[in-house]
Amino acid sequence: MADKKSFSLNLQKLGPFIGLLVITIILAVMSPNFLTLNNILNVLRQVSINALIAFGMTFVILTGGIDLSVGAILALSGALTAGLMTGGMDPLLAILVGLLAGTAMGMVNGLLVAKGKVAPFIATLATMTIFRGLTLVYTEGRPITGFDSDMFTMLGAGYLFNIPVPVIWTIGCFAVLYFILKKTAFGRRVYAIGGNEEAAILSGIKVSRVKVYIYALTGFLSALAGIILTSRLNSAQANAGMGYELDAIAAVVLGGTSLSGGRGWIFGTLIGAMIIGVLNNGLNLLEVSSFYQQVVKGSVILLAVLLDRKKAA
Amino acid sequence: MNTLIEMTGIDKSFGKVNVLKNVSFSLEKGEIHALMGENGAGKSTLMKILTGIYTKDAGNIRVRGQEVEIGSPKEAEQLGIAVIHQELNIIPQLTVMENMFLGRDLCYGKTGILRTREMKQRTREYLNRLGVHLDPGMEAGKLSIGQQQMIEIARALSVNAEVLIMDEPTAALTDREIEALFNVMRELRSQGVGIVYVSHRMEEIFAMCDRISVLRDGTFVGTETIKETDLDTVVRMMVGRQLGERFPERNTAIGEERLRVEELSDGEIISNISFFARRGEVLGIAGLMGSGRTEIARTLFGVSEKQTGKVFLDGKEVRIRKPDDAIAHGIAFVTEDRKAQGLVLGLSVRENIALTNLNALSQNGVMSGAKEEQLVRDMIQRLNIKASSGEQTVKSLSGGNQQKVVIGKWLGIMPKVLILDEPTRGVDIGAKKEIYNIMNQLTAEGVTIIMISSELPEILGMSDRILVMHEGRLAAIMDKTQATQEKIMHAATGGK
Repeated sequence: MADKKSFSLNLQKLGPFIGLLVITIILAVMSPNFLTLNNILNVLRQVSINALIAFGMTFVILTGGIDLSVGAILALSGALTAGLMTGGMDPLLAILVGLLAGTAMGMVNGLLVAKGKVAPFIATLATMTIFRGLTLVYTEGRPITGFDSDMFTMLGAGYLFNIPVPVIWTIGCFAVLYFILKKTAFGRRVYAIGGNEEAAILSGIKVSRVKVYIYALTGFLSALAGIILTSRLNSAQANAGMGYELDAIAAVVLGGTSLSGGRGWIFGTLIGAMIIGVLNNGLNLLEVSSFYQQVVKGSVILLAVLLDRKKAA
Repeated sequence: MNTLIEMTGIDKSFGKVNVLKNVSFSLEKGEIHALMGENGAGKSTLMKILTGIYTKDAGNIRVRGQEVEIGSPKEAEQLGIAVIHQELNIIPQLTVMENMFLGRDLCYGKTGILRTREMKQRTREYLNRLGVHLDPGMEAGKLSIGQQQMIEIARALSVNAEVLIMDEPTAALTDREIEALFNVMRELRSQGVGIVYVSHRMEEIFAMCDRISVLRDGTFVGTETIKETDLDTVVRMMVGRQLGERFPERNTAIGEERLRVEELSDGEIISNISFFARRGEVLGIAGLMGSGRTEIARTLFGVSEKQTGKVFLDGKEVRIRKPDDAIAHGIAFVTEDRKAQGLVLGLSVRENIALTNLNALSQNGVMSGAKEEQLVRDMIQRLNIKASSGEQTVKSLSGGNQQKVVIGKWLGIMPKVLILDEPTRGVDIGAKKEIYNIMNQLTAEGVTIIMISSELPEILGMSDRILVMHEGRLAAIMDKTQATQEKIMHAATGGK
């Protein structure tokens, strides 16, 4: 009985990985350019933005919440950093301000959800609109560009030991967050809140505080993604990160985390983000029209969820 | 032909596990037949076979003398077999009438246009048959659990059910509602309906039932006529051994005052509650449902927001605003509803036990695997939790073992005061006794226990002193030597 159980558990955890493998093999056979070192590094770099956001989203979804404002936080933090740098601020300081601003925006989400008792979907739908609006106000709708800092360019477009720098950021964040979820008391609290919030409160867990931390963390990671994106594109745009919340949610779900909270893991999210990245890249290489690409992406997500349902039944 | 149901030689296995082995069961017209057994004895499986949810592997089922195969719940319904589930199938947003006719609305031909007037009329008729008077147009969610249950019984009758299966029907009812339910059951019995009554509550069974059948580990132990048997015999049939006294002897030495509560109010239900409890003492809290018993616990534990009053621990005043304050002061709270409030069902035994102890089990926030394993192993052993390992999810444990996990998660904080709200509800008789023994061990170690219970025998059997609540106020505090069921009920119902 116990053996069977752990086996099916492993299968469930392996599911996303197998999915990624299958898609990779299919694309490798169909396109000779796919499995080249250059292309793989390219994919990983593209994945890193979505992965960073999706890591935060994993925490939020594990507590049974959702955060729709991540794309807007990305845009506003990126724009803020860019604007401060072009205004003459030291790049490092500007980055710090950007990250802090993102964290603060996340904290606002957390306070609305935890203290204001607003449903996460509604709260972050509203702040998404507000943050996006503030980005437009700040940028006056025009791209901010012209940074002359090598350090800043390095952040999103550079390489370290032939590895794209954003990939290093992503791996670093993954390692830290994986450890937090798996090995710390904080991680336990996250799962407990998602599993049964009332039991968590009655067990003495400061649920509101944990939620504020989680949304703040998501804000921080979105800001980091925004700064990396600004560096890579060498400009900050008011409409940057539009729809990124959906890609992040898709990565979390593809990774096997339950939208009702309490069940899931962050490694799955990493794989989920890679599935989306590999699909994007592969379909580009195969010269599939970008209209059809969306159809394929949506279908893959649907298929994954349906397979997951079947296993759970 | 007065036999409604006759099941013989029923076998059922899931995979390699034999859940039912050669089980027999019969139900006569106009009888209330108790089906008993510890959790996991096979009661629900047997009833699920009778209602077409599971199919039997072997054996015969006769309904009114006719051999039948019951392949689906629909077929069971056509045979006149209906179930009143423990968790009611009432949709709160719909009206009484809409719930009555859910899925089989009366329409004009096939037009889909509802014959509302007729449905209202028939809803009234069936409810009247139960002696219940409810407005068919009322929203079901606004009714009490007892009234909702009546809708469900009326619904069963409206499809001409002659066999009613009731699974723990009194678990969520107040005393008054239980009495109303019993009247309905007696009425149905006189109308010739056969009722299968599944419950752990011995008093009810002896008061209400005509016959009793006992299952143990999937085998049929026997059927007895209630008039010709007694509690000890039934308990022995259930557990297969002499259990001894229902309540272990309490002879712990009671020490210094530990907890003092002065003029506690929660701004809603309870007001002006003052009492004290000593080391090694079990203070029982009795009262009718809704009298504020649970609110005392919740207020003490910092769950109620508008609390006033003073709480002293070991002579020092403490401020408890949130559950984590209470825990920091060594107060533990085993809640009444273990599934909704006590456990995170999807997590393992280990993770649930660790939940209240996360700070002690971690250093700078990083969990210590070794400490955690140690605590969980200790608790599993000390409380005799029957799980394959600490990694088993609590969802798959029996009620008694789930309750032990809840107790285990609180023992980890080394409580000074342990509040138990209905600690043995839905727990089978063997596990009940184990829980009583654990309570005795704890009081011997000097822990103060506050036990809220609806079962008067439990209150009388386990408490050293008894606090009785009536409509949010303290009605009486009595010593166990003076307390009787009558005195407690008298105080609980507002008698002077």
